[in-house]
Amino acid sequence: MQVALDNVPAVAQLPHQGGILRWIRTTNHKDIGTLYLWFSISMFLVGGLMALTIRAELFKPGLQIVRPEFFNQLTSMHGLVMIFLAIMPAFVGFANWQLPLMLGAPDMAFPRLNNLSFWLLPFAAVLLVASFFAPGGATAAGWTLYAPLSVQMGPGMDMAIFAIHILGISSIIGGLNIIVTILNMRAPGMTLFKMPMFAWTWLVTAALLITIMPVLAGTVTMLLFDRHFGTHFFDAAGGGDPVLFQHLFWFFGHPEVYVLILPAFGIVSAVIPTFSRKPLFGLRSMVAATVGIGVVATAVWAHHMFTVGMPVAAQLFFMYTTLLVAVPTGVKVFNWLATMWQGSLTFETPMLFAIGFLFVFTIGGLTGVILAIAPVDIQLHQTYYIVAHFHYTMVASSLFGLFAGTYYWLPKWTGHMYDEKLGQWHFWLTLSFFNLTFIPMFFLGLAGMPRRIPDYALQFTDLNALASIGAFGFGLTQLLFAYIVIKCIRGGERATAQVWEGAKGLEWTVPSPAPHHTFSTPPVVE
Amino acid sequence: MIARAMTGAARNRLLLAKLSLAVVGMFGFGYLLAPLYDRLCGTERATQTAAKDAARQITRVDLARTVAVQYDANVHGSVHWSFRPLQKSSQVHPGELVHVRYEMTNESNEPVVGQAVPSYAPPAAAAYFHKIECFCFQSQALRPHETRSMPLVFLIDPAIPGDLPTITLSYTFFEIRPRKSA
Repeated sequence: MQVALDNVPAVAQLPHQGGILRWIRTTNHKDIGTLYLWFSISMFLVGGLMALTIRAELFKPGLQIVRPEFFNQLTSMHGLVMIFLAIMPAFVGFANWQLPLMLGAPDMAFPRLNNLSFWLLPFAAVLLVASFFAPGGATAAGWTLYAPLSVQMGPGMDMAIFAIHILGISSIIGGLNIIVTILNMRAPGMTLFKMPMFAWTWLVTAALLITIMPVLAGTVTMLLFDRHFGTHFFDAAGGGDPVLFQHLFWFFGHPEVYVLILPAFGIVSAVIPTFSRKPLFGLRSMVAATVGIGVVATAVWAHHMFTVGMPVAAQLFFMYTTLLVAVPTGVKVFNWLATMWQGSLTFETPMLFAIGFLFVFTIGGLTGVILAIAPVDIQLHQTYYIVAHFHYTMVASSLFGLFAGTYYWLPKWTGHMYDEKLGQWHFWLTLSFFNLTFIPMFFLGLAGMPRRIPDYALQFTDLNALASIGAFGFGLTQLLFAYIVIKCIRGGERATAQVWEGAKGLEWTVPSPAPHHTFSTPPVVE
Repeated sequence: MIARAMTGAARNRLLLAKLSLAVVGMFGFGYLLAPLYDRLCGTERATQTAAKDAARQITRVDLARTVAVQYDANVHGSVHWSFRPLQKSSQVHPGELVHVRYEMTNESNEPVVGQAVPSYAPPAAAAYFHKIECFCFQSQALRPHETRSMPLVFLIDPAIPGDLPTITLSYTFFEIRPRKSA
């Protein structure tokens, strides 16, 4: 008995606190994962509200609903909120819930740091959203915060900079915690190549996070100095270089895109084998592709800047490295298809979202290859083609991955099956409305409609109206998702421990719902 | 068993420390990125000294063609100064020495120290634009309500390609605030 207790970390033996204090003081990875996920879904609705205001304004040409300055604030804040407060916390929430369960660890390596990395987020969120009420409003320099505009804006910009500092600290702590958990806390017998793809993708993601977040912190700190302390890093009037800002920002910004997509790869790599009833095809090549994407990600950033006047040699370098990303990504897509090949497939909601992910991600990836070609990019730069492209990769792919993962593990988290019929409705409505929103944008971009402007020329009217209808349908459909999740938490058919017939892995060996403390005694793998 | 559990925690802390070093390193790398990029991609810009040296080599005046040079002046920020070129433009033979003047007035009741920073449109013209004397080489201190006429002497490199018939030279004057005592 004594021996068994010694294996349990001290924190796990604390009595269960009730009320709000339980959530503030919790060091339990499942509690913190839940907090992350609720935080993310509420911020997803906030960011969605901004997107719908943008689409309402763009329904007709001319100015109807918002002033142009406020429109610019909305596009900037929509990007910042969705990336930093919705998608990233959602994936960290999945990591918190699933990594210890998948690796057979009692908890994350540093439970208290874990608590800190979550509780920094609400403060950053308040700071960022409250900047709307600062004199001059929120930052309107785009989510990329390009200098010199960001050097000139009002105090809302300072609030955004501090929010990014806080978010950066949170991400770095979270990333450190995840790496240590994956490398040091695996159950005996679980070698690196026996651990699930989700853990592999998060290992690479966390490594990217601790590589790029400090650079972003440095960049916004330089911006802050330019604004208040008389330096001229980016201010051309003082001999600074606005292009330097773009280099520094995109050194963070491009790998950030992979931070937002790699964990979705991990989720899809768990879902597709389960519903194909076959092991994942080509595990080693999947791992190599993930690491490959992570490495190449740090050497492609300037493809966001083909129009700044780079030397031809630099344009060619960044064009080729960007095209190179298509190789490991293609390996992944083919491996997922090969996993489904001749499997005995069933199409429950997680599988639908995983296949939907393959569909939208391929469109997003393919248009990415088109944009990687420097001369083509110069033509399409700052048009709606870009907007459509990155929404296919980020909204559709990351979000579809998140939906797939939520439906897949929700029975494990709540102990109840979700409403399958509503789930299927959610998928088909999401897929249809998503494409209705963003396919028109490809054509708008090709026709030359510039992004980040509240008005447009008359010939773009019909396609914009279609996109706006799609956006409102898409937004309303997500309320159905919230309803499905709440309904599943409150009741439903009892879930078994394995939940899905084809599910394999340590997380399916614990009962559903997963008890508050799991794997206090490490399981032995094979 | 206790010993093993503690080694586990110690291993975690060791790895955390190593990774934290990586974080600090990457913070530093953010500052290293610009020089590294310049080195690797060969984007170092010609300095003013190099331009002056080049100007000494040029003795031939290309009378066969002219380049239009347009002058522009701006003041950075909302301050009470006026800053303008005394001529709008000039027709210049490449290689010919050109003298022009800019005028600056401090309309405020405070002394002002500032510096003019040039830019060229199209940017490719910058490489062929050699300044021999310029008020932009030093900072300018103006007493309250002082007006100063300032010289600019330059020549256009005869090697300038034919597809640059017009060059706009624009100066932005910005205030140098006294550094707050630490």
